[in-house]
Amino acid sequence: MGPTVADEPLILGIETSCDETGVGIVRGHTLLADALASSVEQHARFGGVVPEVASRAHLEAIVPTMDRALAEAGVTLADIDAIAVTSGPGLAGALLVGVAAAKGYALAAEKPVYGVNHLAAHVAVDTLEHGPLPEPAIALLVSGGHSSLLRVDDLARGVTPLGATIDDAAGEAFDKVARLLGLPFPGGPPIDREARAGDPAAIAFPRGLTAAKDLAAHRYDFSFSGLKTAVARWVEARQRAGEPVPVADVAASFQEAVCDVLTAKAIDACRADGIDTLVIGGGVAANSRLRAMAEHRAAKHGIRVRAPRPKLCTDNGAMVAALGAHLVAAGVAPSRLDLPADSAMPLTTVSV
Amino acid sequence: MTLDGDMPPAWFLNEPGSPRQCPGGGRASGVGAGRLGWHTVLVLVVDSSTPAVTAALVEVSAGGVTLRAQRCTVDARAHGELLAPQVDAVLADVDARPGDLAAIVAGLGPGPFTGLRVGLVTAATMGQVLGIPTYGVCSLDAIGHPAAAGEPVLAASDARRKEIYWAVYDGAGQRLAGPEVSAPAVAAEQARGLAVTVAVGDGAHRYADALGLPLRAEPRYPDPASLAALAAERVRAGAPGERLTPLYLRRPDAVAATARKPVLP
Ligand SMILES: [Zn+2]
Repeated sequence: MGPTVADEPLILGIETSCDETGVGIVRGHTLLADALASSVEQHARFGGVVPEVASRAHLEAIVPTMDRALAEAGVTLADIDAIAVTSGPGLAGALLVGVAAAKGYALAAEKPVYGVNHLAAHVAVDTLEHGPLPEPAIALLVSGGHSSLLRVDDLARGVTPLGATIDDAAGEAFDKVARLLGLPFPGGPPIDREARAGDPAAIAFPRGLTAAKDLAAHRYDFSFSGLKTAVARWVEARQRAGEPVPVADVAASFQEAVCDVLTAKAIDACRADGIDTLVIGGGVAANSRLRAMAEHRAAKHGIRVRAPRPKLCTDNGAMVAALGAHLVAAGVAPSRLDLPADSAMPLTTVSV
Repeated sequence: MTLDGDMPPAWFLNEPGSPRQCPGGGRASGVGAGRLGWHTVLVLVVDSSTPAVTAALVEVSAGGVTLRAQRCTVDARAHGELLAPQVDAVLADVDARPGDLAAIVAGLGPGPFTGLRVGLVTAATMGQVLGIPTYGVCSLDAIGHPAAAGEPVLAASDARRKEIYWAVYDGAGQRLAGPEVSAPAVAAEQARGLAVTVAVGDGAHRYADALGLPLRAEPRYPDPASLAALAAERVRAGAPGERLTPLYLRRPDAVAATARKPVLP
């Protein structure tokens, strides 16, 4: 954490698009607080996030999480210059709790409110660790809810979608494969752990949308559904044959296939546009193999990889505050008090 | 309008609901206790348990509850968009600022979850910033209590899925049964067992045939002055604020993950 510059805007960010209730506070590019409450354990027995369970948890968590963030930063709401909130995309009911909360805080404290795009916030959060983002940049955002490749020319005005998953999100594939292997939910961390003891070349799992004919139509798109099914078939065949399942090798080979496709397409996008900055964000960006592979491949082409530390990769309020600070610094006008939660907010919209 | 207690004090009659000005003519900065007498306070009321998104300002005094401003929009799909601007508007209507509020009263439902949470999170967050207490009231009470003029009444709101949220009140407006969620026919049977002769509320209107009870037109939705009146004792006593816990009455729709389906033939 560097010294704070007193005249930089003090911004509060609220995030409730999925199962994490996050409240973050930043001054310019300096992180002051990052308070989080997660309902992840309540979803475990359902094998995925249950929207109504998440929404109920957000309502219970928002006030105490705000208290913790303010205490951590040593400020009050009266000190805050603006409030930013994720207004989409995400789970509709979950988003609405955060948006209504942000309006309540903004109304009572008489502060402006910015409804912002969750994916743009995943890009902005890296500024808290590595300073202002060089533009243009390519961003690879991968989590349980999204898998997108985008071009960032001006983060305050809009980003250009290059590609996205055509079926499952990458994080979803991790969850499903983890379940198959008897590992806990969410699947990312346990697969990462198991894979360290396994051979990534043990099993040749398919790389979706990388064949020449697929690349013509889906150069920057992803598909993880076929990979997930291939893993399931492989594991079942072993079980039927009465042979033990080599969990570490399956985890390593699956993870290798996911990271191979993600990094190959991200580097391809950088090279195609002559862009030398690649930002990685989202929960899957916390995966150690993805980071290592991206850095290794990028270095060969003189591309610099920027990835924030794992805690900032997963959903949190600090990322929303970071984007809010960027918008305020860029002179973007705040949102109106009737701003909606938009579960399908397009990437081209950074703030509403 | 006085909903509880005795006659309002004389100054209510002298200043009938018009925007209050400071003695110097400037912006009112203290509509609350200091200027109007220590026992009169400005209270925000919100309810989002039905399609009617409601924000209101009331004055609670020793003698009663006076409605100062109210905004109500019937739109089942825009609670999140509508409520905050309406809160802003009622404050502007009486030339007050958020800091003038002494308490917030919120309808706890029951109601469709997504909309219901908008009112509760708005009340909770504003209360947190302002350091003022929040009080919850069952939203059906603000339909059944004002409607129960001497005879028992069934109050109902729409629970979707062909069900209603309902409660039964005696002739004095005291809740005898509920709140519950069930098919209208089930509610009607229980209501008849409690000698109910009339039904009220949007849910009663929507399912009038299934209920088979005569209808009372008003209130169709939770009445903000009644919400305030039902919390007025707590406001006057300066009771500690409470955590606003929604009356969901239904569990989340979720099924535990079942055994995986095989992918091999
Ligand atoms: Zn995310």
